This record gives sequence, structure tokens and C-alpha cells, in this order.
Amino acid sequence: MSTIPLGPVLDTAHAPGDGARVVEPKTPALLLTNHHHLCPGCGEPLAIRAIAEAIEDLGLVDTAVCALGIGCYTSFGSTVDIDLVQCLHGRAPSVATGVKRMLPDATVFTLQGDGDMVNEGLQEVLHTAARGESLTAVLVNNGVFGETGGHMTATSVLGQRTKNTIEGRDAEYHGYPILIGDLIAQLEGAAYVARGSVHNAGAVARTTKMVRRAFETQRRREGFSFVEILTMCPTGWFIPTGEGPDYLASTLGEVHIMGELKADGQIRTTEELHAENVRKAAELEAQLARGGLED
Amino acid sequence: MTTVVKSRGTVTIDVESCKGCELCIPACPPAVLTMSAPVNKRGYHYPELHPGCTGCAACLMVCPDYCFEVFRFQTPVEHEVPS
Ligand code: SF4
Ligand code: SF4
Ligand code: SF4
Repeated sequence: MSTIPLGPVLDTAHAPGDGARVVEPKTPALLLTNHHHLCPGCGEPLAIRAIAEAIEDLGLVDTAVCALGIGCYTSFGSTVDIDLVQCLHGRAPSVATGVKRMLPDATVFTLQGDGDMVNEGLQEVLHTAARGESLTAVLVNNGVFGETGGHMTATSVLGQRTKNTIEGRDAEYHGYPILIGDLIAQLEGAAYVARGSVHNAGAVARTTKMVRRAFETQRRREGFSFVEILTMCPTGWFIPTGEGPDYLASTLGEVHIMGELKADGQIRTTEELHAENVRKAAELEAQLARGGLED
Repeated sequence: MTTVVKSRGTVTIDVESCKGCELCIPACPPAVLTMSAPVNKRGYHYPELHPGCTGCAACLMVCPDYCFEVFRFQTPVEHEVPS
């Protein structure tokens, strides 16, 4: 933390005039409005922003098609300027398969939550990955059914308190969490598998790069690509919004380890990912202290 | 006593879109964002900027309601601040 003495409140209602330039990343034009219905402190809008940024950066605006699952993020269907098909719970990877096979030049991706993908439609995503379909699946994983009130999902970690695991998830009674990214990485048809997060600025920047690499994998027709994004759900976790990022890092983030799980044909071990995360965190701190993520 | 604080950058904040989650406050490396005393039309406190912004864009990256735009000055702006 800095020791800068706090001066007066500055004008932030107007953009500065000449002598100032806008810093990237600008808010993507694909996001038609910043008025959305998601809760204060929700991580899903940050994941959606990362996807929109990657699509704009790679010039895929005209070819992108989204197969949208069902969860809180579904409400973005009407405020993001991307062609989309609304799918039934868990079925997005199968719908995306159909779209991609009929429109091979489209950039097809699914957007699903953990309840949608890992509980309701686990076989859909596994078979799509195993078939090596040339599409991208994006999972926003917060370890709860946020939309319906904060119940446990298949990705909730042991000890996690949810509405129906009040004493914490207990392996003996509730079973163990499914580490979906790790599972998909083992499948031959999966070409790129990564797990990002939106709990701080560095993680958001890293996650945006992962989404970009996944789309590039699809454009090169190398196989199935998968990006899991850990997101805050302060409402479903029953915690104050400001505690969301630390809660994410210390619960979900300790079990669902961030990093590129499979890239360039290599599957990375948890130890390798851990070591990389420590290095990246130090780099980020230094970069922010120098005053920017941009350069 | 006053100190000179340099702002290398600045931000605009869409106060009416803010939902008061406070994620931007700890995200700001020089800690020049604080929450307001007044509330917006929806009843949420919102962030206010003080001198010392570096234009790093960390606030923009963590705001779920896309409230920020970030700018860098060609020449840093200096503010006299009581210390
Ligand atoms: S319930 Fe959770 S996931 Fe749904 S909008 Fe609220 S914070 Fe986001
Ligand atoms: S741009 Fe960086 S320094 Fe300026 S207010 Fe945002 S987080 Fe703080
Ligand atoms: S992160 Fe955004 S929504 Fe949350 S308090 Fe800051 S400006 Fe408001």
C-alpha cells in the first residue's frame, strides 16, 4: 500500500482534454451497455469482458457465434453484440458442435457455468472434447448454483459452505469436487486447456490471453479448446462483495489451480502450475508498481 | 506543510452504473481511490479519485460494472496536497 497523502477528490465525470491518451484495454464495443442485472461484485461480467476483448482483438466479431448455457450470465445474451443460440441446461457443447459443423468458418464458443456444464451436462462437454470438435468451451466456475440461490455444484471444494452444505462440503457425504479442466486436459481431442480467474487485475489480464489462445487454437483447427474462468459469487457464497477475491483465491483457487493445463501438446502438473503462479504474481506486483499492465 | 503529488494518469468513473462492490479500492496500487460518502441514484457508494493515479488500469480490469475509462497524461499533472 502506498503512503501518498490523500489530496482532494478530482473530477472523474469528464475525460481529460488534449495531452492525455486512452489506456488499453478500452471497454469492448461488443458490450452494448454497462447496465446489467448481475449482483454487485459478481465475477461473471469480468469473464464476459475478457471474451469480448479477445474476440475484438483477433478480429472475430463477424464470425463469432456463442452457444449460451443457463445461469446468471445468460442475461448478457441481450446486451452483448454477438450472435448466439440459447441452449438448454448443459447442452451448449452439442449445439455448438452442430453450428460448427454447418458453419466451419464461424468461431464457435460455448459459455456455461459450473452448474450447467459440470452438473447438468457433464457428458456433453466430455464427448465434445473427446471428439476433438474444433470449437471453444468457456466455463465460468464459481462453485455454486448462483442463479438459484447458492447450492453446491460438482465443482464446490471440500469444506466449502453452500446452502445445502452448511457445515462445509464433506467428502464422505457429498463426494469430491470434479476438476473439470484437469479431466478435459487428459482427453486426446483437447488441444488447449487453461484455467484463469478474475480475482485481481493480473488474473484478468492472464485470462484474457488464455481466451485469445483458445480462439487461435480453434482458428488453426487444432482441436477442442477449453477455458475455465474462476469467478466470484459473493451472493451465493454469502460474503461481503469486498471479500470475494480473497475467498476465491483461498478456496476454489487452491483446488482448481490456475494456469495453462495443456498447451502445445504438453500437459502440465499441478506443481508446475503452482510454481508458475508464484512467479507471475511477483511479476504482476512489480509491473503494477512500475505503473501499468499495458506495456 | 504540503507535498507535490504527481498524477501520470487519470480515470473517468460512471458513477451511476456503480454497484458499490468496492473491488476497485484494494485493486489500485497507489491507493488513490476511496469510497464516497454520498450515494448514487441506486443508493450505492461509489469510488472517488485522489491525486497520484498512474494510469495502470487495474481498476478498470476488476470492475464488474465497466465503470472506468483510463487515461495517461503526456506530461504528469502536479497537485499540491496537504501532508
Ligand atoms: S448470484 Fe452469484 S453468479 Fe449470480 S449474479 Fe449474483 S454474484 Fe453473480
Ligand atoms: S488507473 Fe491505476 S492508479 Fe489510477 S485509479 Fe485506476 S488503479 Fe488506481
Ligand atoms: S469496482 Fe466498479 S462497481 Fe465496484 S465499487 Fe468500484 S466502480 Fe463501483
